[in-house]
Order: sequence, then C-alpha cells, then structure tokens
Amino acid sequence: MKTHLEGYVGIDTLTEQIRKKALRQGFEFNVMVVGGAGLGKSTLVNTLFKSKVSRRVCHPEEEYKTPKTIEIKSISHVIEEKGIRLQLTITDTPGFGDHVDNSKCWQPIMRHINDQYEKYLNEEISIKRRKRIPDTRVHCCIYFIPPSGHSLRPVDIEVMKRLVQVANVIPVIAKSDSLTEEEREAFKQRIQKDLEANEIRVYPTVDNADNDEDELGNNAKIKERIPFAVVGSTSQHQVAGKSVLGRKTRWGIVEVENEAHCEFIHLRNMIIRTHLQDLKEVTAQVHYELYRHKRLETLKKLPLDSVGSAPPSPNDANNITATKTPVPNNNNNKQHANNNGSPLKPSPKTPTVVKPIDAGNHVGQQALSESQI
Amino acid sequence: MVKMDGDGVNNVASGDHYDYLDGLSEEMRNLGLTGHVGFDSLPDQLVNKATNQGFCFNILCIGETGIGKSTLMNTLFNTNFENEPQHHNMPGVKLKANTYELQESNVRLKLTIVDSVGFGDQINKEDSFQPIVEYINQQFENYLQEELKICRSLFNYHDTRIHACLYFISPTGHGLKSLDLLTMKNLDNKVNIIPVIAKADIISKSELHKFKIKIMNELVSSGVQIYQFPTDDETVAEVNASMNSHLPFAVVGSTDEIKLGNKMVKARQYPWGTVQVENENHCDFVKLREMLVRVNMEDLREKTHTKHYELYRQSKLTEMGFMDDSTGGKNFSLQEVYELKRNEHLNELQKKEDEMRQMFVLRVKDKEGELKKSEKELHDKFDKLKKMHGEEKKKLEDKKKALQEEILAFDKRKQAAELQHQASKDHMNQSQTKGGKKK
Repeated sequence: MKTHLEGYVGIDTLTEQIRKKALRQGFEFNVMVVGGAGLGKSTLVNTLFKSKVSRRVCHPEEEYKTPKTIEIKSISHVIEEKGIRLQLTITDTPGFGDHVDNSKCWQPIMRHINDQYEKYLNEEISIKRRKRIPDTRVHCCIYFIPPSGHSLRPVDIEVMKRLVQVANVIPVIAKSDSLTEEEREAFKQRIQKDLEANEIRVYPTVDNADNDEDELGNNAKIKERIPFAVVGSTSQHQVAGKSVLGRKTRWGIVEVENEAHCEFIHLRNMIIRTHLQDLKEVTAQVHYELYRHKRLETLKKLPLDSVGSAPPSPNDANNITATKTPVPNNNNNKQHANNNGSPLKPSPKTPTVVKPIDAGNHVGQQALSESQI
Repeated sequence: MVKMDGDGVNNVASGDHYDYLDGLSEEMRNLGLTGHVGFDSLPDQLVNKATNQGFCFNILCIGETGIGKSTLMNTLFNTNFENEPQHHNMPGVKLKANTYELQESNVRLKLTIVDSVGFGDQINKEDSFQPIVEYINQQFENYLQEELKICRSLFNYHDTRIHACLYFISPTGHGLKSLDLLTMKNLDNKVNIIPVIAKADIISKSELHKFKIKIMNELVSSGVQIYQFPTDDETVAEVNASMNSHLPFAVVGSTDEIKLGNKMVKARQYPWGTVQVENENHCDFVKLREMLVRVNMEDLREKTHTKHYELYRQSKLTEMGFMDDSTGGKNFSLQEVYELKRNEHLNELQKKEDEMRQMFVLRVKDKEGELKKSEKELHDKFDKLKKMHGEEKKKLEDKKKALQEEILAFDKRKQAAELQHQASKDHMNQSQTKGGKKK
C-alpha cells in the first residue's frame, strides 16, 4: 500500500549517497583457489585481476617440492580502477591433492574457511567492536578440475561436497586448451551429471526468491555453462594487429579473451563484473549465518556433544536452509522456541559477573572440531 | 612488501578506522593493473542490491501540540499523511508511529514517522522526556534481540531505530525553554538531534538571527550534542559545513498552494503578504529538505547504527554482566548467561504451568460441586412433582368415586321414580275401569 507523492522529494538520491559511501570505504574481496599443482591456479588469478597478485609457485630454476602438508597461503593486495579501491586477498592451497594418500585433504581448507568465520564471529560478538569488521571470510572458492576429459575424480567429488556447504564454490576446467570442443562439451555434460548425482550445489544457486527475472535468467544461463573451461595467461601476443593475452603454441595462439577459444570471459564477467557483490552477500547471509547458527547451538550444549560425523546437509530438520530465501520469523516457529535463546531482559538485580569457562573445556579455542568436518 | 602468514590471513591493522583501507596500505602493496579488469561496476552492483532490498528511514518529531510537526512532514515529503490534529488534554506523553511506503523512480523507502503526542501539555513536565527515551531504547532493544538471536535474518529485518530526531523549538525569540534543554540533554547520546525553529514566519529576520545565536550558545553551554552534517567526504563537505552554520533551521510548513506569477507554490497567505515555503529568503525549509533527505539520509542511518546503537549495545551488554575477555572466552560468557536466562525462563514457564494446573483443579472441583448441587435440586423437584402428581391423582380418583356413587344413587332414584310412576299409572287405569263400570 503505497503513499502517493505529489511532487519531487529527493528520495532517489539515496542511491547516490550509497554510492559515495561505498567509494569512500572501498571494497574487499577474498578468493580461494583449490586444485592440484600445475593446474594454472596462480596464472588464472593473475589473468583475472590483470596483475601479479599471485606469486608463481613454480619457477623454471627451482624445483617444485610438494609440501608435506597442505599449506594455506594468503596474499592481500589493493588494486584500484577508476577511483574504486578493492582489497583483494588470494588464498592458495599448495600441496592439495598431490599426495599419495589424499584422504581428508579437504580438512585444512575447511578449517581455514571456518577459521575466518570464527574470527568474524568473535569480532561481532565482542562488546567493544570496530565500526567496520574486517571481512576475511572466503567469498569465492574456485575449484580446479584437471582436464582429463572423462568425469570428476573421487577426490573432486568428496572435496566439493564438503566445500559447497561452507562457501560459494565455482568449479572450472583448468588448462582447457588441451580439449577439443566436442571433448569439452562431453566432459562438461558428464561433470554436470556428476554434480547433480551427488547433490553438489555450486554457485550460483538458482533458487533465490528475491532475484528478479533478469537475474534468474542470467543465473540459469550461467548454470548451463558450469564448469567454465578456462585458459590463463599473462603474456601478450599479436593477433591480427591487436595485442591480446594468449598462449603461443606451434599450431596457433590460444586467445584467453576470445569466446570461441575458451570461457575465461564468462568466468571473469561473472566473478567480477556482475556477481561480486552477490558472492559477498551470499557468503555473509547464508554461509556465515549457517556457521554462526551451528556454532552458537553447539556452545549451548555444555559439555560439547559431537554434532555428528557426517557433514550436516543443508536442509536438515532444524529448518536451517542454505539458500537465500527469507528465514521465517522465528517467533512463529514454536517447536524451535529454544533455539533462539530466551530474549534478554534487563536484569534489575546486580549484574552477574560471568567468568569464562575454566581451562578444562577447550571448546571455544578452535572452530568446529574435526569430527564435524 | 608482501606479508604472508604460514597458516592464516594477514592480520589487519587494528584501530577504529572508519575507512579501514587507510590503515593497511603499509602492509600490502598497491598493484598496478595491466588492463581493464572491470570491478568498476562494483558500486553499481552494490547499489542495485540495496535498491532491490529497499530502504527504511525513521524520523521522530518532538514538539508541543500544535507546533506544526505533521504539517512539516507533509510538506517535506510532498504528501498528505492524514494525521488528525491532537487535542491538548493528553495525560502524558505518548508516541505514535506510522509507517508509509514511498517510491520515487526505482527507490522504495519505508518511512516511519513517530510523533510525540501530548508533549508539553501537562502541568508537570518533569517526566515528559521519559516515554521518548523509552521508545528509542525499545527500538534499539528490538534490534539487539534480533542480532543476538541464534537463527536470525538481519537483512530482512525491518529496522525501526530512530535515525533522525527533529526537535521543534517554539518561536519565542528568547531562547530555549528549560523543557527543551532537559529533553535534548537526555536524548543527545541516543539519537541524531536536528533542532528546527517551528512557525518561523512569526519571527522577523533580525530577531531570527539573534534567536539562532542564542539557541546555539545555550546548546553549547549545556553540553548538548546535536547532529553535525558530516564533512569528511569532499564532494559534500563544503555544503555541509555551510549548512552547519545555519543551524537550527527556521522552517515554515504548508501544504496549501497559492498561485504566484504563473506557478503554484506552497505558501501561507496573510493579509500583509505571502510566506513562500520554498523560497530561501523566507525560511530555511529548502535547506532542511536538502540536508535531511537529499544529502545526508544515508549518513544519518550510518551514525545511528555505528554510534548510537553501538553505545546502547555496549552499555546493555556490560549491564548484563558480559565482559570482553581477550582470550576468546567472551563466547562463553554470552552463552552461559543465555543458559542461565533460558533456565530461568523455563522455570518460570514451569511455575506458570503448575499454577495453571492448580487453578484448573480448583475450578474443576468447584464445577463439580455446583453440578452436584443442581443435580440434587433436580431430584428434589422431581420428587415434589411426583408427590403433587400423586395427590392430584388421588383427588381425581375420589372425585370419580363420588361421581360414580352419585350416578348409582341417581339410577336408583330413577328406578324408584319409574316404579312409582308405573304404580301410579296402574292405579289410574284401575280407577278408570272402575268408573266405567259404574255407569
């Protein structure tokens, strides 16, 4: 029921005000690249952001040694374009998938992602908190699939199954210039079937109720293309008089930004030009809230019961949905009246001084324990 | 110099930087781009998302009855909000909130206007500001509750916290009343106060100038913090700074339109002249609208959230006994008290349940007793009726017997009468035959 305005008031200047504020504050974006060695992760990141954001692990002079354990390395840079400052953090995972025994290779990654949520949660809960809580949460996780041409490997399925529950996962086919077009199409079909069969919900999830039809249509198109077949390169070559980014081979030049050659452009447009804000929002409103919910719930049960060894599915009985549909107002949700915690009333008596739990219970010192990953 | 952690992310420099990127430039390097990446569309993405979600803005108007609050709101937003004029007999100050949905091009705004009804009408005005403070605190409390919920949806939450408080000063020309000072002093750390001089067409220009200076001096000497338009963004710093020097704005509100030249303008018409609302020489209405709506609406919301709400939250949580423990134990404090409160709550519920059960049992007993009584009554009635019935029956039987006896008697008499009649008839016949013989 709208109230009719009889003249110009100036409410639409709000968009300008918000834009100015955003320009002043700058943006942050955190990307994680997951994949085996030599799949071109660093090169792809450098190509995406047109600068040397990722230090290349492999130099021709050095020998590449597989790290004994999977390391998590983060680098942050500030890049600026047309007055907009973006603080970009790239998290690399050298050693992932390169060992002989790769069981539980997802654990360090999950732990890292959950650690960022934990950090943010601690900041949010503290009494004296900063005006802008630095956001180190992983907004986007690019998963590199080696271009075997067959289908997803068991390790890919296992890792992605777990990753999609904590972060936005975008799978890409690495080094896709080793596949012909037909091979690529067939490969993609098989991958999509595998993803569906294992109920792996990669980004974008198409069921956001508050998107308009354009976005839904867009998302549907993107979903058809996933996983993107990409090629990365930071070297320039001359093609038809123009200077393009590409890989030079004896039989031709693979142009990175040519749609006919690879799908890099679609990946870049999606991540940077259209869906960056959405990636951040889904991380904050869906994944982080899910983590917070689980964390506060488990803290309630003192001592800590193990929440279960299998990763909790997105639609479990607790009515926690991992989609962006508006969560029903919990005052109506009678069966979960306990989940909210009682409303805090001002206590008229002297405030109870609460001391932290004694050292015997190490629950809070780490994020969700490994048994839950 | 690139900083890397073995197992984690860069530790961000601490400090309350509003623009946090400033504090980090020493730690990470600024990279040059070798081509167009495309994240210059980021502000657009952000704006689109925000616009899709819609905005909300809440204004609180405090002022005496009849000072022109509703008219000013109507004028400010170019619409008629249909507020009935209030009478002066309110026993206390009450706050009335109305929410309206406005839309201009693609921007949807949920505007809530909270009116202080009965302010300044009582004889004893000591407690006039209390309901206002309570209302503001209640809105903060609601937001805090939502934020602390385990399963929450903040992005869908209709924010009811007051973003701007327009305080209407009576145009006496002499300075602030003590009620004004008292109220503003109690509100200045809870809400952004924008004082306005109402019905400014009563004051002449020179008096107005002196009046404004007097007001500002009184505010400063009492230590009241009113809202200052922000000057940290270069694009608006200048205009904001100059506006700050015009505070408090002297406004005139009117929704009546008068024809001036060939245009219709909002104005108030007097026998001696016409006061045009949107004429900057006549009053500061345009300035107010510019500052409140077109330049600083977002900043007002931001300050409410980052300054006033944070203050409330800190004091509330400290009052409840939470402490920020640097070893990370604060998580527990929150949860432990949650547990305590939850148990308290459950106990209360249990008690209530028991009470209700007892009451129920009592009621059942009473009802039973009543029912028994009425059952007995019914039985008695039945017996009585039966008796009556029996008696009546007996009476009838007696009557019947009596009647039958009467019938018998009658029959007998009848028979006897007939016999006699027969006998007398025989006798007559005999005497007739005798008489005939004699002749």
